Amino acid sequence: MRLILEKRLDIDPRRTLAIRALALVLALVAGAILLLSVGVNPFATYWAMLVGALGDKSALGQTLLKAIPLMLTGLAVSVAFRMRFWNIGAEGQFAMGVFATSLVALFGPPALPWLPQALWLPLMMMASIVAGALWGLIPAALKAYRDVNEIIITLMLNYIAIGWLEYLFYGPWKNPEGFGFPGSAPFPPYTWLPMVAPDQLPRVHWGLIFALLATLILWFVMSRTRWGYEIRLLGENPNAARYAGISIVRNTLLIMVVSGGLAGLAGMVEIAGIAHRLQQGIMLGYGFTGIIVAWLARLNPWGVIGVAFALAVLLVGGNQIQISMGLPAAVALVLQGLLFFFVLGGDVFTQYRLRVVEEGKELA
Amino acid sequence: MEHQLRRETPLVEMQGVSKRFPGVLANQNVDLVLFPGEIHALLGENGAGKSTLMNILAGLYHPDEGTIRWRGKGVELDSPRAAFEVGIGMVHQHFMLVQPLTVAENVTLGLNDGRMILDLEAVAERIQLLGRRYKLRVDPNRPVWQLSVGEQQRVEILKLLYRDVELLILDEPTAVLTPQEAEELGETLRQMTAEGKAVVLITHKLDEVMRFSDRVTVLRDGRVASVVETSQTTKAELAHEMVGREVLFRLEREEVQTGSLILSLRNVHALNKKGLPALQGVSLDIRRGEILGIAGVAGNGQQSLAEVITGLRTVSEGQIWVGATEVTNQPPLTAIEAGVSYIPADRMGTGAVGTLSVADNLMMKSYRRPPLSNGQLLSFDAIRGYARYLMESFRIAAPSPETPVRLLSGGNLQKVILARELDAEHSLLIAAYPSRGLDVGATEMVRRHLLAQRRAGKAILLISEELDELLTLSDRIAVLYEGRIMGIFPAAEANIETLGLMMAGEAIGNQIDSLVKSNQQN
Repeated sequence: MRLILEKRLDIDPRRTLAIRALALVLALVAGAILLLSVGVNPFATYWAMLVGALGDKSALGQTLLKAIPLMLTGLAVSVAFRMRFWNIGAEGQFAMGVFATSLVALFGPPALPWLPQALWLPLMMMASIVAGALWGLIPAALKAYRDVNEIIITLMLNYIAIGWLEYLFYGPWKNPEGFGFPGSAPFPPYTWLPMVAPDQLPRVHWGLIFALLATLILWFVMSRTRWGYEIRLLGENPNAARYAGISIVRNTLLIMVVSGGLAGLAGMVEIAGIAHRLQQGIMLGYGFTGIIVAWLARLNPWGVIGVAFALAVLLVGGNQIQISMGLPAAVALVLQGLLFFFVLGGDVFTQYRLRVVEEGKELA
Repeated sequence: MEHQLRRETPLVEMQGVSKRFPGVLANQNVDLVLFPGEIHALLGENGAGKSTLMNILAGLYHPDEGTIRWRGKGVELDSPRAAFEVGIGMVHQHFMLVQPLTVAENVTLGLNDGRMILDLEAVAERIQLLGRRYKLRVDPNRPVWQLSVGEQQRVEILKLLYRDVELLILDEPTAVLTPQEAEELGETLRQMTAEGKAVVLITHKLDEVMRFSDRVTVLRDGRVASVVETSQTTKAELAHEMVGREVLFRLEREEVQTGSLILSLRNVHALNKKGLPALQGVSLDIRRGEILGIAGVAGNGQQSLAEVITGLRTVSEGQIWVGATEVTNQPPLTAIEAGVSYIPADRMGTGAVGTLSVADNLMMKSYRRPPLSNGQLLSFDAIRGYARYLMESFRIAAPSPETPVRLLSGGNLQKVILARELDAEHSLLIAAYPSRGLDVGATEMVRRHLLAQRRAGKAILLISEELDELLTLSDRIAVLYEGRIMGIFPAAEANIETLGLMMAGEAIGNQIDSLVKSNQQN
């Protein structure tokens, strides 16, 4: 007897969902075994995670706050991945968005004091989108015109962008009144992103609206327009797309403008919505986590929203059990790792099925 | 009755063999008996289960049911190596050779004779010996990438002879050969059977069955439809068994008045993917209502010829005009808008997107215009309606317009491409190997459509490796060899002998030259 993996001919969304659910359960079981082995009650731990992430207004607000940048970077990555352009550089494009936002917020108002204050936020948004898009255009152009591998270029550009930010807040942009701490001066209050509903969801800023709007627009463009169809053709079979008269060069550049722009916007909402200054700790790896979000969401825009939120629950809940259960931070990381392991591993079974082969009985 | 004709014990007896793939029953209760010294043709349409059955015999697939006997004894063939050890070897349609290695290295690859030292000279010597005996001329010390397709096939066969196989299975061996090379292969096979080896020839070409084989097994829908002595049957009978209905071989080819010039190539040069010359000064013209056939052994520039016209490959020298538009080195969209429709050779790789639906594939050329789209907005009602309309008029058998095309059969996939390209507005149709791998029914349909196009006043460039097809459909035939046109002449004046020689690169005297000249003056 032998087990073989056989490719499924159809991919059923309901089966995919069921497999995901089963993977989640298995991850929780595996986590429980682990927790039991170190003498911790798994049910109490899981409950504490849930309460910590969703238990009250402030917890939910905290979770949404975490989900916003993940939604935007998830969208950014998924749009490029749809065309099989492997943009590993959302982190760098995010950083350039942070840079452009800070540039406008710190130096715009002193230079142009007569501009209405209400204009600065839209200007910061545009600047961040343009900066992210330009940073994304570098690997796109290299790939489109010179066939340079985009994975390496986008990855390397991340470190340049991150290094550039660090140089700025450790060096020329360092706040002289900051008691020596690395970081810029605070942005003027009118450049802060307003909150959506300060009473209901503390601290949750307008980035949430942007992310949901971006999702709606992307879903519409990708599924209802000619351009979305062209991107689908290019992603599934670039030879056939070229044969149908679709330009690979033009679309590679376009898709990275969109992808980089979204990642740049993620940087903007993060700094103008939370930190309000350029400082250490602004780069938390949302660009990289966005890759996981996009992948788990199967590049579907609505899926990105769901996965980003679920991931935020895990992250915030994980932080909470350190406090409420007195568990080391590593436990949360282990639980995260287990979840990815089971969910991504389980994905094999959405495309393949196991078959038992009986051997040796049929041949004389 | 068979046992009266052949008194020896059978070499192979397959009994009640069944093989299932997800959703398909590839072989169902198949019995097959092979005798030493016979060339046995395995005939059937695409998807009839020929290759599956032989892959079972070659140890690549495991049957779900059934038994296999070798010289009367039950055997278990659970790997190609096990099949080799018994004495069975197979030459696949896609050669399994390591390109940078030499012939001798390829032949000895995977051969485990228990010795530590590789004596390539001895290997080469034995290859030459075998080559002389079976008329398989090839230099054992040349790297495989330098060999022509025909020579590579010889290496594949030598690989098997070197392992002393008693049964050779050849999957569609003549698809890549000139008529002369096919004839030589026939001699090789006869030499083998004279020595008591058995040969299975997988094919869907009736001519080949009649010419080479001693007996035929016809497979239809995974089952044996009939087993006959070749001498006791006719092409029409075999075709009937294979398709399950009467097949018409005659196609109506009416007189059509040719019209204005549609396609014109002047001294076109181009490089292939590896940067080697693929086209070397090609000039040709096609008019309305005319089919120009391109004959040639695969890999002599046909692909590049189709690609430079459609804008998929750049030209290093020369000019290409479609009607009044110069398309030289313009993007593919320019050619499409100038009226070029293209049925590519690589259907799944270029002509269709397997993961996308039938509707998505059918709209590839027309999604830019109303009613399928308004501005950027796609109209799904119109798209579905358009797909239904094409599916009906071209009889595409698919469950729904939403079915992914990778689930369609080869014939239906080609219908999708054909429907799309013929429905798009066009004045020129480039058809590359349009009936390759299709069964008799689908081939007939493709040919009818090509003739209908000609009647409708389209210019047609037909690239094919089937001389029969070229001779029946074309008005003129051009022979392509190493990226050069060896001659262009009216199909009525062509004969297979001359065509074959030209396909092998022999310039045929003054007769052709004068024909070429008179053609250029036209």
